[in-house]
Amino acid sequence: MPRPRPEPMQVVKQRRDAALRALVDGVPYIRFLNISFDRRGDELTGVLNFDDKLIGNPFLPAIHGGVTAAFLEVTAVITLSWEHMFPSIESGEIDADAIVSDESIRFPKTIDFTVDYLRSGLPRDAYARAFISRSGRRYASVRVEAWQDNHAKLFAQASGHFLMPQPPRDKS
Amino acid sequence: MVDKTVLARQFIEAIPHARALNLTLTQIGEGEAEITLPYNKDLIGDPRTGVIHGGAISTILDTCCGAAVMSHPSAPGGTATIDLRIDYMRAATPGQTITAHAVCHHITRNVAFVRATAMDNDTDLPVATASGSFTVEGK
Repeated sequence: MPRPRPEPMQVVKQRRDAALRALVDGVPYIRFLNISFDRRGDELTGVLNFDDKLIGNPFLPAIHGGVTAAFLEVTAVITLSWEHMFPSIESGEIDADAIVSDESIRFPKTIDFTVDYLRSGLPRDAYARAFISRSGRRYASVRVEAWQDNHAKLFAQASGHFLMPQPPRDKS
Repeated sequence: MVDKTVLARQFIEAIPHARALNLTLTQIGEGEAEITLPYNKDLIGDPRTGVIHGGAISTILDTCCGAAVMSHPSAPGGTATIDLRIDYMRAATPGQTITAHAVCHHITRNVAFVRATAMDNDTDLPVATASGSFTVEGK
């Protein structure tokens, strides 16, 4: 059987970018902190776009520890949701509109989240990447790292556990 | 002592991000602090239910823990978070104010240990609990 022709690049990009936008832009708190996501294939990098209202220590100045925690948690949840949905997005089972409107599409819920503060967050953009250590049927374990100027010098890292969305049949 | 309490209140209220969230310090002193976060649609994490995002809960808990450390009789001045763990027990009820209460239960020359809870109107079960360690810094 001949191999099917690969889809045109624009079709693939448009589908993936629209799905990612729907996932991110639908959440008011992500807009409030002005967090965006860079996508390279299925790999996501969270970007915390700096603003003065994110400052927690005006004397240093430094980004608020709570903002850092929130940025890492948002990156973890979006990366987890993205990887969880990616096969359905690619197959066309889920489209961007469904992510916004379909009530049956649920998101992972944070069970616990632990942040290590390694350096103070400088008043400039920050980046974060999440690594899914394990994603089971019910629970997922995720590690996140965040940096600013130099990826080798993390300013925070976190690890957390998440409850994965259950299929509607399963009432557990 | 009174001076330090006043100082802590001014310090919290001078934090730009605390102002962005409308945080209010309602109680402070002797290593304990209480801060409130009014419900705000900008902080919604799940647009289908209107539930506040866990990140905003982290922020009020982190701020409250820091305030508790600064108000401790043995704390000389400032503090910074070393590590903070948050357990999310349940979703906060949409529309309700969240109140964080933190206690600095032990302090050494270098490290302060803090526990905190975040509640909405249902005070039987916290929305979240936190436990963390903080630096102890000189003035």
